[in-house]
Amino acid sequence: MTTFLFWLFALAACGGALAVVIEKNVVRMAFWLIVSLASVAGLFFLLGADFVGATQLLIYVGGTIVLLIFGVMLTATGPLSRTMTVTRGEHVLAGVIGVSLLCVFGVSVLAVDWEEVEGGELGVEERYADGGTTRPLGLKLIGIDGEKLRSEVGGRRSEASLDARLSTRKSTGYLLPFEIASVHLLVVLIGAAYLARAKRRPHERNRH
Amino acid sequence: MATKRNAIGVLMGVELILTAATLNFVAFSRYTPLGIDGQVMALFVIVLAAAEAAVALAITLNFYNNHLTIDVDRADELKG
Repeated sequence: MTTFLFWLFALAACGGALAVVIEKNVVRMAFWLIVSLASVAGLFFLLGADFVGATQLLIYVGGTIVLLIFGVMLTATGPLSRTMTVTRGEHVLAGVIGVSLLCVFGVSVLAVDWEEVEGGELGVEERYADGGTTRPLGLKLIGIDGEKLRSEVGGRRSEASLDARLSTRKSTGYLLPFEIASVHLLVVLIGAAYLARAKRRPHERNRH
Repeated sequence: MATKRNAIGVLMGVELILTAATLNFVAFSRYTPLGIDGQVMALFVIVLAAAEAAVALAITLNFYNNHLTIDVDRADELKG
């Protein structure tokens, strides 16, 4: 069942992403983007990341896509699927950049010793395999290391040494990035409202 | 085929790339010793992507108000 769901979501995510790239109509691109992002949220749920999956659904599918569709509606200019002319030089340049990026990614993926990563001293992370990540995430964000806390309180005996090893890691919380993200969101709010504010008279000049 | 000169299409491509990075972070948090930190990173990526989309949409609207198009090739006034 899990395997079937994984292949379903993975195929939907990849197919949706491909359709976004291939599709020429912007509104249909937004629809395929919804399919792709919702499938990625399903993959998050399958990976046990329930909070991240819910956030993906709420923010991306609920917020960003609506924003993009509003953008499409506010900037609709006649035929949206106007085909643009692409010169041969641009094709060559795009091909060179794409192939070199593919080479970089391929080399970096192949250079990783995945056996070592998977069979490391901590092994596969099974603790949050069934979800329940909301409280650890919140503790991380306010700067408390939930793992260290649990090992001090005294978890199960079998995980005591694991927790001890975890607590020796240089793992502090994410309080400062959380604060920076808060201020960043405030700046973005003000900046977007300033940039997109309604002009008294929209400029009618069209320079080209 | 894959030539997007529409600013909103470019934005959608950026969203796709950021989602791919997020998926990698979550998968690493599940299958490697990265642990819950990967999910925190995924959350930050999602939040910053939302903020980026908001600002980019505002810039696009402003550009449309001035040029009556959102073709990214028309934004060439700063050419040297």
